[in-house]
Amino acid sequence: MDINAWTALLAATIVAGTPILFAAAGELLAERSGILNLGVEGMMLVGAALGFIVTVNTGNHWVGLLAALAGGGSMAAIHALVTVSLRGNQVVSGLALTIFGSGLSGFLGKNYQGIPMNYGFKSLDLPVLSDLPYLGAVFFRHDILVYFSVILALFMWYLLYKTKWGLAIRSVGENPQAADAVGIDVSRIRYLCTIAGGMLAGLGGAYISLVYAPTWQENMTAGRGWIAVALVIFALWNPTRAVLGAYLFGGVEALTFRLQTMGINLSSFFLAMFPYLVTILVLVVVTIRRRQDAGAPQALSVAYDREER
Amino acid sequence: MAKIKLIRREKESPLARVLVPVTSVLMAFAVGWIILALAGHNPVLVYQKLYNGALGSSYAVSETMVKAIPLMVAGLAVSLAFKMKLWNIGAEGQIYMGALAASWIALNLGQSSGPWLVIPLMMIAAFAAGACWGLVPGVLKAYWQVNETIITLMLNYVAISWVDYLVFGPWKDPNSMGFPLTPIFAPAAQLPTWGDSRVHLGLILAMVIAIIFYLSIQYTRWGYEVRVMGESSAAARYAGMNVTKNIMLVMLISGGIAGIAGMIEVSGITHRLQQGISPGYGYTAIIVAWLARLNPLAIIMVAFLFGALLVGGFAVQIVGVSFSITQVLQGTVLFFLLAGEIFINYKVVLAHKEVL
Amino acid sequence: MKRTPVIEMKGISKRFPGVIANDKISFRVYPGEIHALLGENGAGKSTLMSILAGLYRPDNGIIKVQGRAVKLDSPRKALEAGIGMIYQHFRLVDNFTVAENIVLGAPKSPSKINREQMETETRRVSQSYGLTINPGARVHQLSLGEQQRVEIIKMLYRGCEVLIMDEPTTVLTPGEVKELFEILRAMSRQGKSIVLITHKLNEVMEIADYVTVLRRGRVVGEDRIENLDEGRLTRMMVAREVAYSQVKRDKSVGQVVLSVDRLKVQGDLGYLAVKQASFDLRQGEIMAIAGVAGNGQKELVEALVGIRSSVSGTVEYQGEEINHLNVRERISLGINMVPEDRIGTGLVPNLSIIDNSILRNYYKEEFFTGFFLNYKKVRRYTEGIVDKYNVYFSDLKHPVNYLSGGNLQKLLLGREIEQKPRVLLASYPVRGLDVAAAEDIYGLLLKERDKGTAILLVLEDLEDIFRIADRVAVMYQGSISGILEVNKTSIDEIGSLMVGAQLTGVENG
Repeated sequence: MDINAWTALLAATIVAGTPILFAAAGELLAERSGILNLGVEGMMLVGAALGFIVTVNTGNHWVGLLAALAGGGSMAAIHALVTVSLRGNQVVSGLALTIFGSGLSGFLGKNYQGIPMNYGFKSLDLPVLSDLPYLGAVFFRHDILVYFSVILALFMWYLLYKTKWGLAIRSVGENPQAADAVGIDVSRIRYLCTIAGGMLAGLGGAYISLVYAPTWQENMTAGRGWIAVALVIFALWNPTRAVLGAYLFGGVEALTFRLQTMGINLSSFFLAMFPYLVTILVLVVVTIRRRQDAGAPQALSVAYDREER
Repeated sequence: MAKIKLIRREKESPLARVLVPVTSVLMAFAVGWIILALAGHNPVLVYQKLYNGALGSSYAVSETMVKAIPLMVAGLAVSLAFKMKLWNIGAEGQIYMGALAASWIALNLGQSSGPWLVIPLMMIAAFAAGACWGLVPGVLKAYWQVNETIITLMLNYVAISWVDYLVFGPWKDPNSMGFPLTPIFAPAAQLPTWGDSRVHLGLILAMVIAIIFYLSIQYTRWGYEVRVMGESSAAARYAGMNVTKNIMLVMLISGGIAGIAGMIEVSGITHRLQQGISPGYGYTAIIVAWLARLNPLAIIMVAFLFGALLVGGFAVQIVGVSFSITQVLQGTVLFFLLAGEIFINYKVVLAHKEVL
Repeated sequence: MKRTPVIEMKGISKRFPGVIANDKISFRVYPGEIHALLGENGAGKSTLMSILAGLYRPDNGIIKVQGRAVKLDSPRKALEAGIGMIYQHFRLVDNFTVAENIVLGAPKSPSKINREQMETETRRVSQSYGLTINPGARVHQLSLGEQQRVEIIKMLYRGCEVLIMDEPTTVLTPGEVKELFEILRAMSRQGKSIVLITHKLNEVMEIADYVTVLRRGRVVGEDRIENLDEGRLTRMMVAREVAYSQVKRDKSVGQVVLSVDRLKVQGDLGYLAVKQASFDLRQGEIMAIAGVAGNGQKELVEALVGIRSSVSGTVEYQGEEINHLNVRERISLGINMVPEDRIGTGLVPNLSIIDNSILRNYYKEEFFTGFFLNYKKVRRYTEGIVDKYNVYFSDLKHPVNYLSGGNLQKLLLGREIEQKPRVLLASYPVRGLDVAAAEDIYGLLLKERDKGTAILLVLEDLEDIFRIADRVAVMYQGSISGILEVNKTSIDEIGSLMVGAQLTGVENG
């Protein structure tokens, strides 16, 4: 394989990793506040469908993006209502969200199947950087959302570990009683994190329908929502590690399309298992080693009831 | 300012326990009505089609039954794990593994042996494969407290990819014209059906599993242990029960039953292994189990309702509505149910300004 | 001179399902006062203070802070009003550092977190009250006493004027109690008010300036400490004269049934929770285990019944070593137990009274017809228990959580006694029960003793030990520091053993 094929693969890796990174960053935020949302796939689908439909109808992909944010956020708001205010089971509610989301997106997008789209995000042409040999092709000829996703993940790391709001969010996910006792509004933080997480999942979905494969197909996210859920665990709930993980998983996805041309005799289906298998491995190792500071938030998927006696 | 306030009930409200699921279903249809109307459809017509498609004729009822069978079996499978508060959301993967193992038997022995050998062997193989898929998270949970929700979920995709690999690769029917399918099973590997309908022996099997499930949970020593362990592992240890062993055992049986659901599907309906052998039965089964409050006899009925929804979903496509509407309805039912559960355990009161 | 109380609560009522926790309570605290809120478990102390801390909302009543009426509908509001509460179970984030816990949620902390600045702030506050703590340590690495200090600093950092502490000494060693009291006095000198929720009279006499006594959700007395003595306080708390006299015994003790020799048991966190336990338990005697909670009592009892395995040493039952036997085999020998955690361990919360009545012998053939549990037989068995032990219930098929505390304990103890134990162990058998229920439970235990059962009780209340036990073994830091005949010892002697004093020339094991 020549160097051009490699640069193409690496560039494709970054593009494939981007929607996963958006969704995983969102899920990470929600999980840090103690809310497990298994509805990522559904929220991504609604984001993808709305993003596409609105872009086609308005001719403006930025408006489409806003619609995707709103769609993902509203879906997450249902999950927050059910699990935070009504203390429903988070696993079941998340699954319901995924089923509901794939239904709703299919229902809404029925008449948009396979329509071509001519709007969308163009690759940036950065002075000097884009023209760098090889590096330019790999890193500096992407659309703006690619860069935004990385900045977002880094910002989220800063938010979680370097600000008092991050301290509050993490405390709610670790020990809501402790947070409540010092006057932190547990419900509000959980609502905000869950909804923001949903918006990012919607954004990840829209990235697929507007940039990655600019079209709408039923179930077009094809399990990327679940990969995002896996990625959060793989990254041990740390946004910077999520960036690396997203490109690792993205790289695997990019590789599946190129196996044959690269002359590698490995079924792409075994590659498809890879993200799930390594996530299982990471979760098992972390749990067995009982790393206090590296595991899941202690109160993840536990409802909080102040007057529980 | 009036504010909503929740007060934990001393006792579960028995009225709410019945009303909540029924109301949830009705409310979901009401929401579906609004969505349909907003999308410019005629809800009356759509629901009429849905009803006729699912229950309007004996053929429709038989098709509903066909869809309900895997939901019953998988619903029972997850209920067993849920009884012990083990969140097995891996029924989907366990179904795929069961289908895979059963197909392996069917493809290798189907031609040369009779149904009395092949069908039981397929069943045993499916149970064993599903059981393995349940046992892995079970062992990890029992010995190291690894979160079973995530592991079972991740294993779903491993199983699906594995089946994809086989039907696209080594097991692919050379005459399939490129479709991801295995060759059709020999008659000996096919479950007998009722008359000329597609309703197959799996229905009886589902009923039998439900009855065994009910009797063993309510009336056997092991069932008593499961009920105790599901409520409190500290109490179980105090009673001298082996919690570690039972976590593994329950995950094994739960996975095994889900595996049977996969076998039933390939042996009773498709008669071959193919891509997407389960269109999410494993997830829908979780809704079914939840809606039935883990009661095995209720699972049979709720599975029938959801089977009707699936079959009706195909019928509404005639009037230009996407099949997806059934998923919208399914998800909505579950939301209302989860939201409604609070009425079972809590009293909801309007709290006015009471303290200065 | 009439001072304004820093806290004034008037006519506070709070109902929980089935109980009136607080019934028109009025309560006042003045600046610089150490105010003891005294009462038995379940008297409503914690509820009243949780209302003041904004955790619960009262059904009726008025709260004034510094003379101004306030509505404390969240912990935040209470903190803003200068009221901080330290709960029995500390509300700290285990994975955070001390400093992070202290600045968490504080309105004045800057948006950007600066580790050094955070730790300096922590040191400044802690030093001004003479509290030593390492601000960079993670909370899960600290002892309970240190965690309590973190809680205190947290409240001081927020500028709390009133600090409520719920049973602060239960988790402390005697040395730590002394330190805590020094800290509280220092705070009081600086004008802070402290409310101590407690049921321990000696602590009240030692530290408090003023006492309010609650009983069954009502204020039954209050006064300055100078006007009170332990006898009067006890009478207020329990509304009866406590009979300290020994309960009369019919029989003398019999042979040794259970013999424990140099037993070592590991705790949950991996260290040795029981380092050295040796004692004999005889037929027809009640031996109490005294000690500050967390000194290995729980692990010792669990090892004796087989829930927890021992590291070394032997347990002999009627001369036979039983170390290798599991829970069930020990039950069949007649070793029964009433655990500390009644609902959750002793009873299964959402199962019916019927199901719970066979929790420890459900596998016995008498409940089965062939392969299946015969619920007719089980029901008859259950009816036998509830009748014999006066358990009040509305329906045997209802989950046990519907029962009140006293009835739960009667069901639990009755179930164990019905299995005809030769050795009966019970941890904190009357904790949280009202006086009548506690009397019933002690009555049942004494009757069992007279039948010749060997009884081992883990008790927290020294007075109870003098009432019911024949002998007392004192545990301190995982070792039995002494075994004494109850009628040949004194509260002081037991107390000194509880803090680690050595016994000389007395029977030891």
